Order: sequence, then structure tokens, then C-alpha cells
Amino acid sequence: MAVAKKTQEAAVGGEAPRAADFTREQELAAYREMLLIRRFEEKAGQMYGMGLIGGFCHLYIGQEAVVVGMQMALKEGDQVITGYRDHGHMLACQMDPKGVMAELTGRRGGYSKGKGGSMHMFSVEKKFYGGHGIVGAQVSLGTGLAFANKYRGNDHVCLTYFGDGAANQGQVYESFNMAELWKLPVIYVIENNRYAMGTSVARSSAQQDFSKRGASFNIPGEQIDGMDVRAVKAAGDKAVAWCREGNGPYILEMQTYRYRGHSMSDPAKYRTREEVEKVRSENDPIEQVRKRLLDKKWASEDELKAIDGEIRTIVNEAAEFATHDAEPDPSELYTDVLR
Amino acid sequence: MPIQVLMPALSPTMEKGNLAKWIKKEGDTVKSGDVIAEIETDKATMEVEAVDEGTLGKILVPEGTADVAVNTPIAVILNNGEDASAIAVDNSDAEEGQRVAESRAPVGEGKPELSAPAVVAAMLPEPQTQDDPEVVPGTEMVTMTVREALRDAMAEEMRRDESVFVMGEEVAEYQGAYKVTQGLLQEFGARRVVDTPITEHGFAGLGVGAAFAGLKPIVEFMTFNFAMQAIDQIINSAAKTLYMSGGQMGSSIVFRGPNGAAARVAAQHSQDYSAWYSHIPGLIVIAPYSAADAKGLLKAAIRNPNPVIFLENEILYGHAFPVPKLDDYVLPIGKAKVVRPGNNVTIVSFSIGMTYALKAAEELAKKHIMAEVIDLRTLRPLDSATVVESVKKTGRLVTVEEGWPQSGIGAELAARMMEEAFDYLDAPVVRVTGKNVPMPYAANLERLALPSVAEIVDAAKAVTYR
Repeated sequence: MAVAKKTQEAAVGGEAPRAADFTREQELAAYREMLLIRRFEEKAGQMYGMGLIGGFCHLYIGQEAVVVGMQMALKEGDQVITGYRDHGHMLACQMDPKGVMAELTGRRGGYSKGKGGSMHMFSVEKKFYGGHGIVGAQVSLGTGLAFANKYRGNDHVCLTYFGDGAANQGQVYESFNMAELWKLPVIYVIENNRYAMGTSVARSSAQQDFSKRGASFNIPGEQIDGMDVRAVKAAGDKAVAWCREGNGPYILEMQTYRYRGHSMSDPAKYRTREEVEKVRSENDPIEQVRKRLLDKKWASEDELKAIDGEIRTIVNEAAEFATHDAEPDPSELYTDVLR
Repeated sequence: MPIQVLMPALSPTMEKGNLAKWIKKEGDTVKSGDVIAEIETDKATMEVEAVDEGTLGKILVPEGTADVAVNTPIAVILNNGEDASAIAVDNSDAEEGQRVAESRAPVGEGKPELSAPAVVAAMLPEPQTQDDPEVVPGTEMVTMTVREALRDAMAEEMRRDESVFVMGEEVAEYQGAYKVTQGLLQEFGARRVVDTPITEHGFAGLGVGAAFAGLKPIVEFMTFNFAMQAIDQIINSAAKTLYMSGGQMGSSIVFRGPNGAAARVAAQHSQDYSAWYSHIPGLIVIAPYSAADAKGLLKAAIRNPNPVIFLENEILYGHAFPVPKLDDYVLPIGKAKVVRPGNNVTIVSFSIGMTYALKAAEELAKKHIMAEVIDLRTLRPLDSATVVESVKKTGRLVTVEEGWPQSGIGAELAARMMEEAFDYLDAPVVRVTGKNVPMPYAANLERLALPSVAEIVDAAKAVTYR
């Protein structure tokens, strides 16, 4: 046992980087980005309740620091791919909130002309490659995006996000093997929000330390406080540098939490209200930044309120657009099957 | 009594091989396990080991002999104490061996068209070029196997477009499990000819991801039976993403490999996926029969901006056909081909089904029933217009496929004839298909499970009321 443990430890990436302090500009940017996701998702939840959004709708509330911190570590041309809890990733990739919300309502102005919905949106321009509805599929796909970078000899990396649930899919390990074998520039960001739909990590995972899930492939990994955007950014910087230098893949387990149910139809009976409240009150990613901004007197209450107002305007305009934009023309039924 | 060493079958589909080299000489002592000779099959060079002990008494087939049929005696091993005079004319073992050969290779009654090269040559269609406007009359034809045609198609497209690459199990250093990628590693290097681990789901998804990023992968499945591990990525990721992205992002990718029954490999390795993939919007499905079509359509598939399922057939790999000698022979996708004209009954098939269909047409001609034989070539989009035109003339349709009957290609054609040619039908459409059972292993049962020429002849006679 001791030997096995040692091997695992050797395979992980050593000390997690400390959460480096942000500059005022970084704090404000992170605050704004996270708040946009939070308000956007709250609005999406509201519109779902009004019947404007149909089907499955998986909200990202609580996990905002993960995508925002990771995005801060990227450069132009790096790729992002994720599963179905994807609205936050799209907004962090600077996709237009109107286009995202209009896709949620199934309108012609949506990113997929209303044909993809919440789980299937893409922007080749913003290097966002979806939005995939099959749990774990994006892991092989993201590994392929990284393969293309290596094939072309550029220095771009692909952020491949998946959850603690997807981490138990077989193709994840098939991908890990190939990524390390071929030294592909892919960062596997495991968003551990503690529940795979209604099944807790403890009930589904023999190895609950997801940073070690690449150990048998010699992929380094780290556990990161995914509620602290500074820790995420620092880990992202380190992983991105590792990949750009041609060292192959890297695993980041982001310890995070989703406040809402798995989807809009999930009553979340598998956890207590107190558990949720504790995270919200003690560990909220947005509140952490807000407190630092105020403590350091980098922003006043009024200034933050003004940012709040701007964000609400953006979100309301997106909702307005998504409510009144036309549905796709019936002729669209038969387009885009082949090209 | 001297022991005859027979030409061994070294793969499920091997019917003959070349005796490349004798390692042991006449008079040498051999022990069980000694390598006595090297045999070249269509796939690889294999060593032949002695099973019995004794002295290599006589070499019956000299080295360098090509096309030695499986189970031909190639040498005689003498037991201790025997001398060469003991090599008598006792051929009973050889005859027994021959009977075994007939049952193990697909050369029995069910598939006589696949056995002797002479028979195959006789049934090959005249090169038809009327549907392929790229080929002007008088174009020089070269004879090549389907295997070579596929390899040439890939090599030509890789030379033409740097974003094309091949990946799969054993495609590079091993030179292809069925030698289809032979020589590609040497010409294009390991960056573009990529050996993968045995990880179908993973590398299919990786290929689709690379295609999302603008590369043009050719993903080889060692056989399509193994692609069931990967079918989620093929359908959910490759086929649907263009639609789900509102036309923004698709995948230009070819999934290719042998499909359907080979010979004696039983249920898990003998499935025909033609109908499965042809069901899916967002996919193009091609299943060629001849080497010319294999080449022209694989080149078209690689250039196509959509995901293409390219269904090959292991038994056809070694079959030779005339192929137009052209620098850039690309065929249109979605176009069936009238391979043999006739006016009494239309027989429609594709891939290896064409071997039965063409043989049946010859049998029928002897009975003065002139069958028009159509090779679908592409299964999705399905060129029903060509079939309808033929049925307008013949009033009868028999479909032929190795796949199962329910929801099969024949079922689809029957429905289309109801919709598009009902008034022209003079008899119900009849399907000749693989039987509704998992593929059995036993040679006689395997033959029964597959369609046969006799079934097609009977079907054609039934619909022509003869």
C-alpha cells in the first residue's frame, strides 16, 4: 500500500500554487465576470419558470470562480470545451449574452439558430467548442482539439471541463492515456461540485481525490479551492505554462459547489438546505471578491452597486431580446444537416 | 508413414499465399516448433512451424511459388527410420485436407463466387463508365485490388491536403491489420499516420475533436464491429453537431474499415452495420463494391465536409478490378450505378452483396430472365431515383444484402418503391438478406446465414412468375 501511495503522490504536481493577490483591475474584472454569470443564470432560472426556456437547463450558480479564473489564465486562440452546464463558460469566453439567452429560448437569434438549446452551443470565433450533452463526450473531443494544436505545431492549449460525475466515464481514461502518450496540450478541469446529479462523490467515486485520477497515466494533478478565483487563476497559470512548454496534459480538480439543483427539475432532496446555506454564506466566490474590494477600499459600495446595475441591464436586455426574437423559420428544420 | 505438410491458412479469409522461403532444406532434421518456411499472405509474412518431428524428406513446392492454394501439400516429413522411398502416392490426406479447405474458407456452395479467381474474373462487370462522367471512353484501365485502391486514395488525398491524417489501431508500424494503410507511414511519417491504443471510443472522439478544429481525420476501425464502442461519438458528436450549432461547426471526418461478415469469425465479428448508419441524419454512408468505386468514393469522402461512414469488406480487399488510370479519380457521392442492364427484373445490392447479385444475373440470363443489376454504392443519401427508373422498365425489384432483414436497406428500398414507384410494380418487392440470427461459426451454418445466389435466382423467378 505504501508503495502505491508514494507512486500516486509522485504523479501529482506537488504544492498547489498559493492564491496570488490580484490587482485592483483583476479583482474588478473577476467581480464583473462572475456577477454577469450569476445574474444571467438567475434570469435563466426565472425565464424557465415562466415557460420561456424548455427542456433541460443546468445552472452554474455557485461555480463562477472556476471558469472566470481559468479564462484569466488563457490567451487568444486557446480553446474551451465543456459539458451541458455551459452557460457560464460561454459568457466567460465573451460570447454575447443575447445570443446565449436567445438560444435558451429557442429563437433564431440564438447561437445555434434555436436548434441546439441550453446544452448545445458553440462559437468557433470565440474558440468555444460546446456545449455537449453526453456526459464525458467532451473529454475525448477536447483531447482532439489539443491534438489539432500539436499537429499544427502552435502553442495553444485546450481547456477541457468536466464534472465529478463525468470523471467516472471510461472515455475519460482513454483520453488521459492518449493525451499523456502524445503529450497533448490539454488541461482537464474537473469541476467537483460534489454531486453527479443526485449522487454524492462519496457514493460514486472510489478515489475521491480527482487530482489523482491521472496518476496511473503520470498526468500531474492538483486540488484547487474552486471558490477562490485567485487560486483558480494561479493554478490555471501553472497548468497553462506546463502545457505550452510541451509537457503534455495537466489535471486541475476544482473544488466547487452548485447552489441550484442538477437541472431546473431537480428538487435536490439528496442534500440539506443547511449544507447549501453554509457554502453560500461562508464561501461564496463573488462575496469573497466583493469583500476584498471593500476591505482594501478598491471600490465603494456605490461603485459596486453601479457595476451591479450595468450587469442587470446587460442581462435584462438579453432576456428582452430572447423573449421577443422570432422563432426559427420553419425552413430551418431542414438546413444544417449536411454542408 | 510420411507426413504431409499442407499450405496453412493464416487468416480467416486467406485462400492462397506465396511460398516465400524455405528455412529448412531437404534432409534437415525438424522438431516440433521449428520454423520450416515463410509464407506471404495478402496481409503479412508469416512463419510456418513444424508440428511433427522427423526429417524434411521432400519439398513439394519450391520457394518463390506464388498463389499456392490453402491445403496444398508443400513438403513431406519423414519419420525416423523412413527414407525418401516412403514418399508414396498416398493422397488421401491431401484430399481430406481439400475438403477441410472447402469448409473453412468461404468457398463452399454458398459463396462459390469467392473461391477460384477464374470465377471471380468471369463475373466482374465490364467497366461501366456511363455514370462516371470523369472517365472518358478510351481511358487506360489498370488492374488493382480494392485494398490497393483504398490505400492509393488515402495517399493521394494526403499528398493533396496537409490537414488529412490517418489514425487507428495498427495503421502505422504494423502497416494496417488488413494492410490497407501499407506504406503510408513510410511516406507521411508518424505525425500523419498515427497508431492509437486499443481505445475506440476515445480515439473516435479525439478524431471528431480534431475535425472540429479543422483537421480532416481518417479514422480506421480495425473492423466496424469494434466501432460499436465508439458509436456515441460517431452519432452524437460527429453527425449532430452541425445541426446543433446552426451550421456553425461540423466535422469533416471519415470513419472507415471492414464491415460485415468476413469468414468464420462468428457473431461478434461478423455484423453488417449498413442499415444502422444509414438511419442517421447528418452522416454520409458509402459501401463500395469495386476497386474503382472504392478509390473514387474514398477520395470524395475525404474531401467531403461532412462525417462519412465508409464501409469496406474484408473479403473484397483482395479482389482485383479495372481502375481508370487518372491523376485524380473522384466519383460523385450519392449516385447508384447500373452495372448490368436488363429489362425483366431489377436486382439492387451494394458492397459484397454485388458478388451474389452479379452471379445470380448470369444464372438468370441462362434462363432467359434478363436482370438489371444496380450497385447502390452510397447508402445515405440513397439514390432511389436510379432504382425507380429501373423498376419503371422491369416492374420488379429484388434487393440483396448481407445484413438482417428488419429495418434493413432492402426494407427501405421496398418502402421507397411503395412511395415512388407503386404504379410500376408488377410484383411485390422481395428481399434477400442475411438471416435473422447472430452469425454462427460452423461453416455450413454460416453459409446458410448469408444470402446465396440460389435465393436471388429463386426470388427473381418468383417476381417474374416463372
